[in-house]
Amino acid sequence: MHRADVLLNQPLIEASDLSCTVAGQLLFDRLDVTVLSGDVLELWGPNGSGKSTLLRCLAGLFSVDAGVIKRPEHLLYLGHRSGLNESLSPLENLRWYTGLREKNTSSEALSTAIRRVGLESYKDAPCRTLSAGQVRRASLARLCISDSPLWLLDEPMTSLDDDAAALLRTLIVEHRSMGGGSICATHVDLGFPETRVLELDA
Amino acid sequence: MGNFGVQFRRDLLIAIRGRTETANPVAFFVLALSLFVFAVGTDSETLPRVAPGVVWVVALFVAMLSTENLFHRDYDDGSLELMLLHNRPLFLGVLGKLLAHWCVSGLPVAILSPLAAVFINAPPEIIVTLVGTLLLGTPVLTLIGGIGAALTAGLGRGGLLLAVLVMPLYIPVLIFGSGACYRILDGAVATGPMLWLTALLAGSITLAPFAIGAALKGSQEY
Amino acid sequence: MGLIKDAFHRMGSPRFFYHGSSLWVRGLYVGGGLGLLVGSFWGLVLAPPDKYQGHSFRIMYMHVPSAHLAEMVYFACAVAGFVYLVWRMKMADVFITAAAPVGAILTMLALASGILWGMPTWGTGWVWDMRTTSVLVLLFLFFGLMALRQAIPRPDRAAYSVSILALVGVINIPIIKYSVDWFATLHQPASITLASEPTIETSMLWPLLLNAIGLYVFIAGVILAAMRLEVLKREHATEWVRAISKSR
Repeated sequence: MHRADVLLNQPLIEASDLSCTVAGQLLFDRLDVTVLSGDVLELWGPNGSGKSTLLRCLAGLFSVDAGVIKRPEHLLYLGHRSGLNESLSPLENLRWYTGLREKNTSSEALSTAIRRVGLESYKDAPCRTLSAGQVRRASLARLCISDSPLWLLDEPMTSLDDDAAALLRTLIVEHRSMGGGSICATHVDLGFPETRVLELDA
Repeated sequence: MGNFGVQFRRDLLIAIRGRTETANPVAFFVLALSLFVFAVGTDSETLPRVAPGVVWVVALFVAMLSTENLFHRDYDDGSLELMLLHNRPLFLGVLGKLLAHWCVSGLPVAILSPLAAVFINAPPEIIVTLVGTLLLGTPVLTLIGGIGAALTAGLGRGGLLLAVLVMPLYIPVLIFGSGACYRILDGAVATGPMLWLTALLAGSITLAPFAIGAALKGSQEY
Repeated sequence: MGLIKDAFHRMGSPRFFYHGSSLWVRGLYVGGGLGLLVGSFWGLVLAPPDKYQGHSFRIMYMHVPSAHLAEMVYFACAVAGFVYLVWRMKMADVFITAAAPVGAILTMLALASGILWGMPTWGTGWVWDMRTTSVLVLLFLFFGLMALRQAIPRPDRAAYSVSILALVGVINIPIIKYSVDWFATLHQPASITLASEPTIETSMLWPLLLNAIGLYVFIAGVILAAMRLEVLKREHATEWVRAISKSR
């Protein structure tokens, strides 16, 4: 799947002069963030340093006090919460997600994504019957069918077992090779070659 | 129209799957009505006189209490974030969600209202008007309640904050809804208040989804 | 035009506002206080008693201005909400934070004085007509603004939502008023016909106006003072605020 619209070394997201104060605490000030296509930017920092807040600001969910953000048309955000409704099955949740984007994703593509994250036998089970790890895998299915050039991932390795972690690494590598970029907030080593690191201190 | 249909189907499916939870509004409706009967007494004078108003007030409470949770689940599990990020335009998805919610709260109340009216000894001539006002008015209650629910999304359950915010805005709907029935009881026609209810419905369908969308974005910041 | 834009931008800065408003507050308090004193004395002592209501009508000198002003304060909050949503001016949110409690107290004053007026005049403390009910609803709307801000765990992030609430409320005020008016005609008890306000003679009009203007000015001072306090609270970590507290 080639994405002709993403040129190499084109900035996917450009944020300049960001500053954000929450509950009296200055989280970051005059921060510049640029991610080019093919980049993987790791956000490091202890708990409470503002990694999640920065990701949410970049995604557009949280407003910054100052600064300008130039976002791509579509981006993918994977936060702490799964984004899955517990009464629906992984497949139904995925179908809703693609429906939001008004993409006519075929049922085969959806089933392939579910199969890829290893939930083939659970694809029709309500998510409340799945374990935490399985729910995380189900949210990874969004990455499998994503066509967004920019991925914003908040501690994506949480609750993932070795297989799922390997899958996530593969997905990011594939995404990278097609010109996409990612920003990952993490405090474990993701194990990627050639990443840039942005450290936020508490 | 894609957003609207997708969201509507999803929320309706969720509501149907949560069978006991979905039946709560109806159960509450009947129970609360009986409370009124126990409080007011069954002597032939009082109950029929207050009946239209009582049915309307209880319908209002049903709307208020059930819209409280409109966005809570989605806020907690993160689907609200996805809605905000990907739903374009947002107001269509909001409308779909609200319609699904009304189908399992306001609509059953309106359909059951003739039974409720009989139950509470309401004078039979108002029953048609009652159903009509509820059909027009309960969507307005859901829409206005949706604004309150969006403003309070993620703020913790209970505490009646939603009620405090939303009840002043409910007053006109209540007045026109039960007022229409009282006009019938006075022997007059109820066209005036019914037209007003229609106007309120038209106005809130147009404006409330935008207010709700804005409030949802605002509640992400809490 | 440039001057206005300039002033607009400068007003948006908390620091400039704080320093620029200190003189204003004193002026408003003095001017308003004077107006209220003179108007109240005139109305309570000097003006002649009403033909029908005797001395009890004097409550009107407090009731009418406070009811009217309460409504104006809400409109101002709605305008501030609009300003915040469009221009993200923080001072607009400071205004709403400061003005909502003041508006609530004004509304309670209006309600209390209305009840006090009603008891001797009409025999009942409360009548459900358009004016009294809309004042009551105004009280709920103010409570809503305050309650929402209180409930949000990070009050500094509440501005957006409170602004939306203020706008939604203001749109509803005319609707609520009309519906209550209609309600009153529907359920008019035959015995009580609300006396229209006694035709205001000049001797009553002047103290009323004076009281009204005095109250406006005084409350403007109160709100300004409350805004100053709010600015200090919000900017407590900045240098200029620390300098002020050190210099005390």
